[in-house]
Amino acid sequence: MGETKKAQNPFLFYTKLDLVETLGKKAKNLQELLEFLRKAPASSVYYHTHRYLRQHHFLSPEPPNDFAYWVRGMLGDRVLAERLFSMDILDFKNIEELRTALVEIIETHLTANPEYGNRSVPPGYEFHFAKSITFVLPLGFETRTLEEFLKALQRISTHSIYFHMFDSRLRLGRGENDFSLWLKTELEEYGLATKISNLDPYTNTMEGLKQKMCLLIGKELHG
Amino acid sequence: MARLIDYEPFVGKSTIEELSLLAGHLRGKVMQHINATAVGGGVAEILNWLVPLFRDLGIDARWDVIKGNEKFFVITKKIHNMLHGRKEELTKEDIEYYEEVGDFNLREMNFAGDFMFIHDPQPLTLVKKKAEMGRKWVWRCHIDSTLAEPSLWNYLAGYVKDYDAAIFSTTAFSKDLPIRQVIISPSIDPLSDKNKELEEAFIDRILERFQIDKNRPIVTQISRFDYQKDPLGVIKVYRLVKKRIDCQLVLAGGGATDDPEGQKILEMVREESRDDPDIHVLLLPPASDKEINALQRASSVVLQKSLREGFGLTVAEALWKERPVVASATGGIPLQVVHNYTGLLSHTIEGTAGFVKQLLQNPEYAKRLGSNGREHIRQNFLVTRHIRDYLLLMLSLEREGDFIYL
Repeated sequence: MGETKKAQNPFLFYTKLDLVETLGKKAKNLQELLEFLRKAPASSVYYHTHRYLRQHHFLSPEPPNDFAYWVRGMLGDRVLAERLFSMDILDFKNIEELRTALVEIIETHLTANPEYGNRSVPPGYEFHFAKSITFVLPLGFETRTLEEFLKALQRISTHSIYFHMFDSRLRLGRGENDFSLWLKTELEEYGLATKISNLDPYTNTMEGLKQKMCLLIGKELHG
Repeated sequence: MARLIDYEPFVGKSTIEELSLLAGHLRGKVMQHINATAVGGGVAEILNWLVPLFRDLGIDARWDVIKGNEKFFVITKKIHNMLHGRKEELTKEDIEYYEEVGDFNLREMNFAGDFMFIHDPQPLTLVKKKAEMGRKWVWRCHIDSTLAEPSLWNYLAGYVKDYDAAIFSTTAFSKDLPIRQVIISPSIDPLSDKNKELEEAFIDRILERFQIDKNRPIVTQISRFDYQKDPLGVIKVYRLVKKRIDCQLVLAGGGATDDPEGQKILEMVREESRDDPDIHVLLLPPASDKEINALQRASSVVLQKSLREGFGLTVAEALWKERPVVASATGGIPLQVVHNYTGLLSHTIEGTAGFVKQLLQNPEYAKRLGSNGREHIRQNFLVTRHIRDYLLLMLSLEREGDFIYL
């Protein structure tokens, strides 16, 4: 092995915690869902597409996003539910792109099946809109080498993984997860960065994701 | 009295550290809770553990109780029932008296909180103090008010809108209000008698005491004998299962003696089960937490076949014990039971029976649901999550935006 590469700018580990706030609005049919989705705050689109991951990140395969879950479970529209469920969120660089795609899927479905627009669920089964208020906290440690980075990764909570993998990419619009970004720009670990970028955080559990990343880095370090 | 550190074996070091980090931003702040009673009832139960844990985090948490006489509490009981959607006669005089007692407490009480947490409708009108003292005021509604009588809700909303925020247990309970509405689910305490680990021998003794056969499957529902919990429907479920599987049914709960309706239901349940020695109807006295714990742990399947449910924490209790659960998709239950992942959600008697059979015949499947269930509760419904949500709420009241760097 050559000389250990040292980053000029260290990787600063953060964690995040969410508070859920309801928006006091509900939809009883697709038309109402669509109307609200068009103007909902970004933190609401994020909440409904990531809540399951946050609450059920120990499960695999991951249950779908709230929209898909409601459309299938409450509205009973399996085709649309499948389309919403199978969206590849990794394709989107930010929440606005994700919102546009969600709206398009529902609009297209409604154009083909206009009768679904006003098919309503009984009272008590409505879709309730909520949003996340996200608090970001520094964990108070930083790393400069790949070795230090691996050690830190093994130690951090799933909330921290969650922040660096999801929030930074989609909500802060960095376009890529923090880990890959740092490995690339600071350590010039392009191959490793791409491998981590290609891990699908939406079909892995958070713990599984963490283990895969550790494995990849371990391999890079020790062959 | 439990300390935060005692929860570390359940939730891990990082969770406890996160709580300390958050609390560090609130050190020295006074958090004052006001409710209607110091003993009995779910709210007092919550405050009993919540207040000391906040103190453990270095926050000056206080708890005060309003004063009221019988007449006042009869009125607030009516208000409570009407929020649940029950028909009651609430007169203009009742409202006047409700406000009068509120004003009396306004004069008598010491308001010291940087954050004032007012629980349920009894002390709701205390928010009048906000105009004079400022600070942050939060109304914590523990009640499922989805079917609230509209004129009553409109009246109460006149006070609720003066708060800075309201807390509801699920999004489904929230209202169209001009203030922030935060969702904080209730939680269970893994260290309490109802949820702590029990020795096998103790569980066996309890089964023996109630003459339950530990060698045959046990299907259990723990709940008050209340129409909304549908105990008669549970017996029907059991009979459908019993046709194919030799099982026993345990219906255990308490609190029927002071409730005439509950007494009636209990009699109906007893009548319905009289001829079947495999149905165990257990009216448990208060302070039977360890017995309930043992019954849940001994169960092959736990049911919560409620017609209507508040949050339904008995479900969380069963999941925490890794029991496979079949429960109705009502109230807060779908938050706890994600169909096919952490349990099974049902809508009918036949469906419930079908699921119970499925679980009894497939122990591996039942085990997987149970173990997912425990993990779900560990992540989302333990007291530490409850504490965290309160901390985040206080922090958010002093900051702007949906993305907050601390």
